[in-house]
Amino acid sequence: MKFFADKFFRALMVLSMLIVFAFLGSILITILKNGWPAMSWDMVTQLPGGGFYIGKEGGVLNAIVGSLYIVGASTVLGLLASIPIVFFINIYLKKESRLASFVRLSFDVLYGIPSIVYGAFAFTIMIFFGLRTSLLGGIIVITLLIIPIFVRSMDEVARQLPKDLLDATYSLGATRFEAIKVAIRQILPGIATATLLSIGRAIGDAAGVMFTAGFTDSIPTSLDQPAATLPLSIFFQLSSPTPEVRERAYASALLLTLIVLVLSIIGRMITYRFSKNKIK
Amino acid sequence: MDTETQTFAGAFQRFGQWKETDGSEARTAGAPEGENTIDIQGLNVYIQDKQILKDVTLQLFDRKITCIIGPSGCGKTTLLRSINRMIDTTEHVRVEGNVIVDGENIYGPKAEITHIRKKIGLLSQRPTPLPMSIYDNIAFGCRIHGTRNKKKLDAIVEQYLRATGLWDEVKDRLHNPASGLSIGQQQRLCLARGLAVEPQFILADESTSALDPVSSKHIEDLFLQLRERYGIIMVTHTLRQALRIADYVVFMYLGEVIEKGPADVLFNHPQHELTKQYLSGVFS
Repeated sequence: MKFFADKFFRALMVLSMLIVFAFLGSILITILKNGWPAMSWDMVTQLPGGGFYIGKEGGVLNAIVGSLYIVGASTVLGLLASIPIVFFINIYLKKESRLASFVRLSFDVLYGIPSIVYGAFAFTIMIFFGLRTSLLGGIIVITLLIIPIFVRSMDEVARQLPKDLLDATYSLGATRFEAIKVAIRQILPGIATATLLSIGRAIGDAAGVMFTAGFTDSIPTSLDQPAATLPLSIFFQLSSPTPEVRERAYASALLLTLIVLVLSIIGRMITYRFSKNKIK
Repeated sequence: MDTETQTFAGAFQRFGQWKETDGSEARTAGAPEGENTIDIQGLNVYIQDKQILKDVTLQLFDRKITCIIGPSGCGKTTLLRSINRMIDTTEHVRVEGNVIVDGENIYGPKAEITHIRKKIGLLSQRPTPLPMSIYDNIAFGCRIHGTRNKKKLDAIVEQYLRATGLWDEVKDRLHNPASGLSIGQQQRLCLARGLAVEPQFILADESTSALDPVSSKHIEDLFLQLRERYGIIMVTHTLRQALRIADYVVFMYLGEVIEKGPADVLFNHPQHELTKQYLSGVFS
């Protein structure tokens, strides 16, 4: 009977794993099957020409570049904003500090807020200040959107910091700031994972950038110009009545997936390089 | 220091010499004149309103090994951590009394914690290498205290790796992660790291209890060598260890110092009933 239970749960686990793989596979197959025929160098290297959305010449370079701009800038800004928060609540504040638990609660709430709400909020502020949709607006909204992801996922790792490690650093006569420099090496893998999660969310977000970054057929050359993004580009193409344009939507989705994949692999490689010193 | 003197035979020889010379010197009791000491005066420590240390008054000597013994939960570790203010990292802690090092009260308003901890290092129970290379583990402490010159750092790293007998074992992989060392090597690395910031005193909190017998012997031998330059204060759970290496012994029970004195005297002629019972194994 014991063995039966063991086998049963083992089968259950294998089954759930298969379901996950099946989902991943079918998503990839769908976008490959629908998008591959429309994939071409033009898609990656051309801006949308006149009449692109009714089936004429062009590509989605505007959206690729716009997405990369927004993701790159907001990831850097998000990291800069969240690393100090994480170290403040984990090293400067006491374990059962009320402020720390309040901060954690706040970020949990922020984590759960849908991106359209962030978009609407930023949109209101932009109207108040009389700003137009711009690359900067998109970057700010996406930064706000991913800071909670950064903070909460890095916090989980920072809480596991061995007390012995901090003690060892302090007993050499280190200040708290110097202790942070040691701690940061220990939680580097956590920072990398947080970054990957954030990039995934940032690059895939359509609702947040819709009213803030706007959409354009050209590549922005300054922060105050609107910027296109891949998810919105997919959205516009997919809502077209022309079959060729809908095919190109899948091709764009394929590109988006590839970008996320490449960034993840690079991220993993960097993590591996930097985590060799980690104390188990 | 060459590695030969670190062999066990060498250690035993020195051990023997100490029995004859140092032991008798210690038996004459009192502070060796002109030495730096740590003076603990009326130290009371409360954690969450529970009194952990009760009016501890104690003198600790430079260039001697003082072992603090006593049953679990008697405040040995708390006492140790109070000596270099590592106790500050404990939450809800309140300290009363004075600890005077070099004429300066480390609990005084002007005391500077990083300076105190540089002067009085702590070797913890389990080895805690920093998440960096072997080289950087040793260089870290020097860097935070202002030594940045590459050549100087190279020399310091070699000096202290030799002092702890690690140099020959790791000289070809100085830039590999410290976590790759065996647990005994890690503890010696931590000792080398502590020595590299040039402390006067070394606090050791059951520093051999997580190690295998050979590694723990290695650390003991190192302590016997290091006694020539540093004051070593060691908390130990192993009476035999205290017997082997201690010059002075402090026996604690329920937060109080019950008896203290030169090792020979305390082990052979304990005065207090509790000490007699503890030494004879009535409780542990």
